[in-house]
Amino acid sequence: MEVPTLASFNLEAVLPILVLAGWAILILSVDLFIPRKHKAWTAWLTLLGLSATGVLLALQALGLLGPVLPTESFHGMLVIDGFALFLQGVVLVAAILGVLLAVNYLPRRGIERGEYHTLIMFSSLGMMIMSMASDLIVVFIALEMLSIPLYILSGFAHPEASSEEAAMKYFLLGAFASGFLVYGVALTYGGTGTTALSGIVDTLQGQVLNLPLALIGMGMIFVGLAFKVAAVPFHMWTPDVYQGAPTSVVAFMSVGAKVGGFAAMLRVLITALPMASAEWGTVVTVVAVLTMIIGNVVAISQSDIKRMLAYSSIAHAGYILLAVAAAQAPEVTQQAVTAAAFYLLAYAFTNIGAFAVVIALEKDDGSGTRIEDFSGLSRSRPFLAAAMLLFMFSLTGMPPSAGMVGKWFVFQAAVNASAGNPLLLAATIVGVLTSVISAFYYVRVILTMYMREGTTEAQVKPALMAALVIAVVVTFLAGIIPSPLYEMAQQALLRL
Amino acid sequence: MSIEPVFPTFLTVLLAIPFVGFVVVLFTPSNRHEFIKWVAMLFTAATFFVSLALLGQPFSHSSEMMWSGAVPWIPTAGIFYALGVDGISIWLVLLTTLISPVAVLSSWTSIEDRIKEYFAAMLILETAMLGVFMAQDLFLFYIFWEFTLVPMYFLIGVWGGPRRLYASVKFFLYTMAGSLLMLLAILWLGIKAGSFLMPDLLALEIPLGLGRWLFLAFAIAFAIKVPLWPLHSWLPDAHVEAPTAGSIILAGILLKMGTYGLVRFNLPLFPEASRFFAPYMAALAVVGIIYGAWVSFAQTDVKKLVAYSSVSHLGFVVLGIFSLNAIGLQGAILQMINHGLSTGALFLLVGMIYERRHTREMNEFGGLWKAMPVYSAIMFVVTLSSMGLPGLNGFVGEFTILMGSFNSTVLSPIYTGLATIGVILAAIYLLTMFQKVFLGPLDNEKNKKLADITPRELLAALPLLVFIVVIGVYAAPFFNVMAPAVQALVQTTVAVLP
Repeated sequence: MEVPTLASFNLEAVLPILVLAGWAILILSVDLFIPRKHKAWTAWLTLLGLSATGVLLALQALGLLGPVLPTESFHGMLVIDGFALFLQGVVLVAAILGVLLAVNYLPRRGIERGEYHTLIMFSSLGMMIMSMASDLIVVFIALEMLSIPLYILSGFAHPEASSEEAAMKYFLLGAFASGFLVYGVALTYGGTGTTALSGIVDTLQGQVLNLPLALIGMGMIFVGLAFKVAAVPFHMWTPDVYQGAPTSVVAFMSVGAKVGGFAAMLRVLITALPMASAEWGTVVTVVAVLTMIIGNVVAISQSDIKRMLAYSSIAHAGYILLAVAAAQAPEVTQQAVTAAAFYLLAYAFTNIGAFAVVIALEKDDGSGTRIEDFSGLSRSRPFLAAAMLLFMFSLTGMPPSAGMVGKWFVFQAAVNASAGNPLLLAATIVGVLTSVISAFYYVRVILTMYMREGTTEAQVKPALMAALVIAVVVTFLAGIIPSPLYEMAQQALLRL
Repeated sequence: MSIEPVFPTFLTVLLAIPFVGFVVVLFTPSNRHEFIKWVAMLFTAATFFVSLALLGQPFSHSSEMMWSGAVPWIPTAGIFYALGVDGISIWLVLLTTLISPVAVLSSWTSIEDRIKEYFAAMLILETAMLGVFMAQDLFLFYIFWEFTLVPMYFLIGVWGGPRRLYASVKFFLYTMAGSLLMLLAILWLGIKAGSFLMPDLLALEIPLGLGRWLFLAFAIAFAIKVPLWPLHSWLPDAHVEAPTAGSIILAGILLKMGTYGLVRFNLPLFPEASRFFAPYMAALAVVGIIYGAWVSFAQTDVKKLVAYSSVSHLGFVVLGIFSLNAIGLQGAILQMINHGLSTGALFLLVGMIYERRHTREMNEFGGLWKAMPVYSAIMFVVTLSSMGLPGLNGFVGEFTILMGSFNSTVLSPIYTGLATIGVILAAIYLLTMFQKVFLGPLDNEKNKKLADITPRELLAALPLLVFIVVIGVYAAPFFNVMAPAVQALVQTTVAVLP
């Protein structure tokens, strides 16, 4: 084995994350010197760093930066392909919108500390590395890098009990899930002698039945990742964490954690286990069905919008899992990956937009997030109500919205892959039926805003408005002209 | 059938007119009530007059899609932006453009709250409905189809009656459930054909068993919309709770979307399944005819009576469709138009009386003929048309349908026999309603001083009345326009398989 040198790491290919990492560390130090009154500067500096990373990412995607794609870095531990770049883009979108949401929200809640933004950057870093990880150890490191800041951020509104409870719950269950993942990595190593995905697939080729150890290991890895994306039955943490954590954290987390989790899940399942695709396909299909059903059905009984959005988040994880399940059929794999990637992008704008409206209505002590607090919003703040209308429709899958197009592509991939696979076809039908069920609770919000009387006050500062407008515009435009974004998602090719 | 790869300009313009009106209303300040109403009136009327130009193509000589065009929209997914009208859909398009200004006119004084949102919803609804009838790509069709739910949901839920929240949510969920099932069928078809464009889908070879499942998936969605018994329970609530214009549009146009879907998609795409399921669909239709009429007779609320009568009338339409012959289909399509005109007019007139007395209970009225002679005369004509009196439009449609179903190769004559009972029942419940409300002694004090029909109301009712009489007396041009398209459709559906 050659002695690794700095040059052999191919650092050019990972310039965006290097920049982000360096910037995060820098801001961590710079923040010490920023006076308490001007903590907003940390936010603007963070946005600067995130935008710079975004620009570098775009340049890389256009082929103007770094080596030709797909390429490897760190001796094959990281792979940089279209898939990684697209999902990193989604993470940055979530992070930028998340910071915009937080700029005025944090002082209002009395929790404005510069560490917030640094933690967001570190977490984003973890999510971005997750999408590039082609070695199981890197998956683990990225998972921890993603999760630990989120645990801290969930408890940011301390000494509020609900926030501390959220952080504690998230941390304990998350640590347990990470434990599962690490043990799974260990078992896989035991079964195949390597933790590199390419090594695993070579070793397992045609020898699946003789290496049950590796399969059990992979199963445990799936459990660890399923926890992160809030799939059933690993979803119990989601409602309490979403309700207790500060809303701007939830907005970021609901999208980012999913992107990281699904990125790793797709890469591991497709790259390392193509020979066991029927087996993992069945498992993922069953998990998807359970997730879609439980997420949608339990959401009906929620009276707090953050809890409702938590269960909605579970449900949407289910739809993306349907796309993952569709990836089991070799001819449909790329279409399924594209569908999942597009869905995550659409979900990012829609969900963060919805949380933006929730933030606008939330009062300084964290209350005011019940669904009935939305009563009469259409009269007092017509633009907010119309924006929420669009987001609710997008989450349901009503045209014209990005969510509808996303669901269309996921169902299309699933129907395509279900030739000769009745379980997957049944799962698709479940997906369709649960979408109808979801209409009930999403439409209830619309009903409350438009058809009930009430006085609601909302405050929308410029940063929040900016994030809201971006979310509205993209959610609407991607619904009527999806081609540009869809074609970008089609470039999200997994290097196999 | 094929569609040129050009941009469907004229039809897009037609779609754009109400949409531009929507945008204009959206940007008008909420307090400019009169301006908003006039804008809505202007744009809906303009859409009607522009749509008349559609007739400039030789529909009566060709079954091809006219004014059509298809351009790629999401090329990698095989989705096109494709519009077109043929002899069948042109009448539905014209019905839509005719009824929309009528609906706008009917809401002139009855809507007092949130006027801007109301007329914005009406305008965007017109765009969506026109899109449904003109779409030639299944993705586009699906988008427009789903999207009609949104403004209608708001029209019922915001400006409706006491139980509007229940009615609007029921309407929304029921219809959406059916549509999502249809979505799966659409996806399957699109994947197999590699494109969602109608000509490509029509050329697709569909295995027999699967064809039946797909037929059912589409049929359920359309059956909910029609509404076909037993999927009709959303209709009475939606109609009763909707504001007058909402009911007019719902009965006049939205219900036709279901029957149109059966004709446009179920029959040509799945001919074998259509032949297989024809007796069952016809059976449900006949049950609907008799059940709808029976329940109508028991109603005390005039609007609910008319709502159930829609179930009954559209049962005739479905019977005509599944006769699977040219006469039955032509009757069915004409009856779609007739129902739109007659029932639309009925709701319009009921709305007028509701605006005056804020009740629709039949025992609150009686002897209205003495108080409002002109109004009553118009109501009489419309009632007779709904009943199927020869000389008015309803008769032409019903008679043609019954002839078609009697001569049908897939239906036994029993269906026709039972359906004819429905004609008699219609006479019973409609004449009873008329007698209770308009004839008899005028003894309720509140009714004695009621104002007769105002010029604006008369203007709203006039277009409908004109066509009620014209189609009744001289239906030939209407049949001629749809004949070639219907012929072509019948040929694909009843073509004998080897």
